[in-house]
Amino acid sequence: MRKNVPYIERPNRPLFLYAVLFLAFLYIPVLFLPLFSFNASIYIAFPIENWTLRWYREMLENEPLFAALMNSVRVGAVTSVLATFLGIFSAKAVTRYQIPGKNPIVAVIMAPLVIPGIILGVALLILLNYAGMSLSLYTVALGHILLCVPFAMATLMSRFEGFDKSMEEASADLGENAWWTFWRVTLPTVFPGVLASVLLCFTVSFDEFILAFFLGGTDPTLPLYMWAQLRFPNRLPSVLAMGACILVISFFVVFFSQWLVRHDRD
Amino acid sequence: MSTNQAFISIDCVSKHFGEVVAVDNVSIDIPAGEFFSLLGPSGCGKTTLLRMLAGFESPTSGEIHIDGNPMSEIPPHRRPTNMVFQNYAIFPHLNVADNIAYGLRKEKLGKAERTRRVDEALEMVKLPGYGKRRANELSGGQQQRVALARALIKRPMVLLLDEPLGALDKKLREEMQLELRALQESVGITFIFVTHDQEEALTLSDRVAVMARGDVLQMASPHELYNRPVNVEVADFIGQMNFFDAQVIEVQDHMAVVDTQGLGKVQVPAAAEFIRKDAKVVVAVRPEKMELTSQPDSQNNCVRGELATSAYLGNRSHYFVTVEGSENPIEVASQGSGPESDQTLRRGSEVWLSWAEGALVLLPAT
Repeated sequence: MRKNVPYIERPNRPLFLYAVLFLAFLYIPVLFLPLFSFNASIYIAFPIENWTLRWYREMLENEPLFAALMNSVRVGAVTSVLATFLGIFSAKAVTRYQIPGKNPIVAVIMAPLVIPGIILGVALLILLNYAGMSLSLYTVALGHILLCVPFAMATLMSRFEGFDKSMEEASADLGENAWWTFWRVTLPTVFPGVLASVLLCFTVSFDEFILAFFLGGTDPTLPLYMWAQLRFPNRLPSVLAMGACILVISFFVVFFSQWLVRHDRD
Repeated sequence: MSTNQAFISIDCVSKHFGEVVAVDNVSIDIPAGEFFSLLGPSGCGKTTLLRMLAGFESPTSGEIHIDGNPMSEIPPHRRPTNMVFQNYAIFPHLNVADNIAYGLRKEKLGKAERTRRVDEALEMVKLPGYGKRRANELSGGQQQRVALARALIKRPMVLLLDEPLGALDKKLREEMQLELRALQESVGITFIFVTHDQEEALTLSDRVAVMARGDVLQMASPHELYNRPVNVEVADFIGQMNFFDAQVIEVQDHMAVVDTQGLGKVQVPAAAEFIRKDAKVVVAVRPEKMELTSQPDSQNNCVRGELATSAYLGNRSHYFVTVEGSENPIEVASQGSGPESDQTLRRGSEVWLSWAEGALVLLPAT
């Protein structure tokens, strides 16, 4: 070990090893997915004898697959925008105003994060039946919005808390009413948080299975479609190919959204 | 007071935050064009009062009028006031020029006119050419000037300043104080300035309201506050002061003979109600109004004491003298290097304190 390295920067072998093992445990199973998407054989088994891009080609020609993909994109887009919209105002309310019963209200809003998906799904299904609504992508979106609002709010709360209240007062003092203050000062300042929230909510909605399963109608979202295809061995590899693509895209989206939130903090 | 409206009229205003009384039945009239300061320690209510003028808080009771108009229904964005915040509240996502021009949106000026006004404002706060800079890259002093320009460009009737110089270092603060005073005199706007620094308040203001615990203790010109404080709390807060417990022996022809613990029997003009025979009072005298000599002075009132410590400050010296009857040493300040026999004065030397007729102030006992 070099003598002049400050204490903090000295290498810590056990900790490093632990970190490597931890990440390996998390990601190696997931990485099997793209691995086998290049496998020529349709059976998921070692050894991999031949590599191919055939499944990717098949994936691109699969009409129902693409329909399901577009369903997921549509639901994700609507969910992320509406959840973020609701999240902005609730985050602002929670961080700026003294509301009686604030803590219980926040706890209730955050509840979907900890309620098991199946319970949430069944409960919403019963509620929708009661209300006489038929199941479709709209109901899926409804469920997803419920699930994503806590994500949106948590992301935005951290942005709002780091934001000095006196700037909004200065804006009011200089002649702008609440709406203009929001548009000219608040929104530009929390904007990285808004973007991060949209991306995060989109990813959550896009990958979500349980609520889509319970609340979906005849049009499947992508995870549902892929699950349905698992029964057919010869269809499986193109599903894996699609899964690999989604994995890569999700990774970049979440990474980018976290970078936005952290990078823009002064 | 008079029913004729002053320019700014704060009329029996109180502010309660739940149980806490932040401002307690305060009434102040401020004429147009005055540099008025609210002075006091943290928690005295001065910032709350300022915020009520700006519209960020509403009085629990009482009325505020500006230029004859009641302000109770008027929100901050429609008041004829502008504020310079303690932490400047500069908009970090805008450059300097956009920050300054922020309040001009509603005036719908053409681009040329807008640029002209912004440049004019930058000149006024001595930051010419800074328009394109990013606002959050400026130093504290520069940001403060941008905040000032941003408020003044709107030509408000009243400028409210909330401890604007608090975060600056001493030299910059003194520079800015002079600039602010000059600015106020040239622009002619009414300034309301909040500070806890009594030197600052005395330097800048036409009048000062000294506040504590939500009340106004005394409201007067700096000269009056310094030389004729109305009670011990004000006298102690402003500058340095020596206090002596005393009792009035008799009052005759508007002069009171007072027996003090430390200065002996003294004669003081009896101008206030509390000065009656046998009343307990406090006699106060500023350090620079006393003189230290090594020989007794037959002309003036004089008392003997012992030199405890001395401090040489270059342009002046402070001496701490113990006298019989007073437990704390008396502080005496003298310009220059002190009495001619300075070199011989040591701890324990016998010295004589003298003072002129008008040097003593009588205050009610606490």
